[in-house]
Amino acid sequence: MTVPLLKIEELRIALAGDGVAHNAVEDVSFEIGRGEAFGLVGESGCGKSITALAVMGLLRRPLSLANGRIVLDGRDIQGSSPAEWRRLRGSRIAMIFQEPMTALNPLSPVGKQIAEMFVLHKGASWSEAMDRAEEALRQVRVPSPERRIRDYPHQLSGGMRQRVMIAIALACGPDLLIADEPTTALDVTVQSEIIDLMAELCAAKGTAILMISHDLGLVSNMCRRVAVMYAGRIVESQPAEAIFATPRHPYTQGLVDSLPRLGERARHGRQRLREISGVVPSIASYPAGCRFNPRCSAATEICRRTVPGLTMLPEGGLVRCHHHG
Amino acid sequence: MADSLLALDDLAVHFTVGGTFAGGLKTLKAVEGITLDVKPGECLGLVGESGCGKSTLALAIMGLIAPTRGRIALDGRNLNQRARLETARTVQMVFQDPYASLNPRQTVRRTLADPLRLQGLRDKAEVDGRVMDMLAKVGLRPEHADRYPHEFSGGQRQRIGIARALILRPKLVICDEPVSALDVSIRAQIINLLLELKDEMGLAYIMISHDLGVVEHVSDRVAVMYLGRIVEQGGWQEIFENPRHPYTRALIAAIPDPFHRAPAATVRAKAKGEIASALNPPPGCPFHPRCPIKAERCVSELPALEAVAPGHRAACHFRDRPQ
Repeated sequence: MTVPLLKIEELRIALAGDGVAHNAVEDVSFEIGRGEAFGLVGESGCGKSITALAVMGLLRRPLSLANGRIVLDGRDIQGSSPAEWRRLRGSRIAMIFQEPMTALNPLSPVGKQIAEMFVLHKGASWSEAMDRAEEALRQVRVPSPERRIRDYPHQLSGGMRQRVMIAIALACGPDLLIADEPTTALDVTVQSEIIDLMAELCAAKGTAILMISHDLGLVSNMCRRVAVMYAGRIVESQPAEAIFATPRHPYTQGLVDSLPRLGERARHGRQRLREISGVVPSIASYPAGCRFNPRCSAATEICRRTVPGLTMLPEGGLVRCHHHG
Repeated sequence: MADSLLALDDLAVHFTVGGTFAGGLKTLKAVEGITLDVKPGECLGLVGESGCGKSTLALAIMGLIAPTRGRIALDGRNLNQRARLETARTVQMVFQDPYASLNPRQTVRRTLADPLRLQGLRDKAEVDGRVMDMLAKVGLRPEHADRYPHEFSGGQRQRIGIARALILRPKLVICDEPVSALDVSIRAQIINLLLELKDEMGLAYIMISHDLGVVEHVSDRVAVMYLGRIVEQGGWQEIFENPRHPYTRALIAAIPDPFHRAPAATVRAKAKGEIASALNPPPGCPFHPRCPIKAERCVSELPALEAVAPGHRAACHFRDRPQ
């Protein structure tokens, strides 16, 4: 097997609280191949975004990397110095965020914010960088890029701002693009355009994608493999088609069944939606054993006592459940 | 119509904006020429993207914004002839954000009892009884009554929001994106609860949502809004199985379907570009700059909302053209 582009091994992220430390992320491992689109799905607070921040070297107090390796192209990067991280970010790993308005600098024209990437990472002159910024805007299909490079973020719509974010992220041809809920703040019709654009550009440039979202449908449509996180742990990881067709963890099964699916009512009449009972646990009160056990209808004594390990599924993929199968 | 619970006739809500930096005053037509009715016990799904006017429409029905033109009749009587408290007994609202829409300094009991007291219910035992009844109906326990909103999870808070809307036993409840702020694994609980309460209390709903899966699941009829106007309305099955407006098709095509990966047909149905500003809507059909099937007349001529089948209307010059 070739060396994966990114390899995360037994990542643990600690959250320092009042005298006690909690593990916000625990035992998270996954790999992303070159040019591969990988999805990380979970609800708010499950640890998916801070996993991404760890890969970017952006964990700040009260969060810290307690354990684990982050291997980029065969090289450990978790211990990099701040200067090394700055070189990695933007040139090898780039990230786009949910809310482009808060991620862009409101006081700087968008063209300059793109051009900065070429100046910082490629040593280009400002005038050359501005030309390349215009080209980058054209690539993300912003209309009239020659005028738009002088616009400030507030002059652009939400979809256009996210295009600018993509242009900045992809400016230096990174190996990995991390997209953290990139379309959650956008309207549905704009969302599908942005997703298509991102997938197309990354495919053309051979950029791998780590897509982070709460939307299982969106992620499995775009990614080849999907991992599902619950309460700080990966509970299941499968090829995208399989996660919907044959989810193996009770949490994933519950999620898939609880979504009202388009066309379902016409085929089968209105059925009561299957609920997942209970609430998402907060980090200070994660239950012992399997963290899903208080909400799981199949839970038994062992689930309340012992943390389940990850089991390899015969058809590939992993599941963390005592009773999978 | 006499049997309508809510009847809107050519309703328009315009706002005047600008006049400081940008030069002259402009008129923003948030809601323009909407004719619509909701029957008792019916659920009307209202679909559209941000800025399409669906929330303004909701506020107008609630009597919180005065219409610029047109008529809102509730239970057969004009909204502006009804007293504020009387309207509140008939129509209530459930909001998107259960964090922002509850008063953090009031216990649940006070939040639920206040509407009853405002309506003149003085008997303390009766107020308490109604509050406890309502809590049970939405799946909360009696001891929850004396807690504050911050002690609840998002799903529980939305249950409180629903209880507050229903405590006056209204006939119509406007649900404005009732689950989109909630965790995905909690949404089914709230949707099931809303449907149960609808049957139990004989409620009519206006379900505002951009989640078409939810709208299809709960609605009897659906209206699709774009830039302040209704572009298509009809029975839920008509809208989802046989949509006639290209915008409705684009909305449906935009939903990632995990079972069928982007077939070519949906790529063609997708809308291009972004929603125009309601301040400066395009001439002719407001959807034409994004429309995959636009023709010359779409640029100049506004299509009327006309029937394609009984009860199914679409505002498109090519409404009779098959997909």
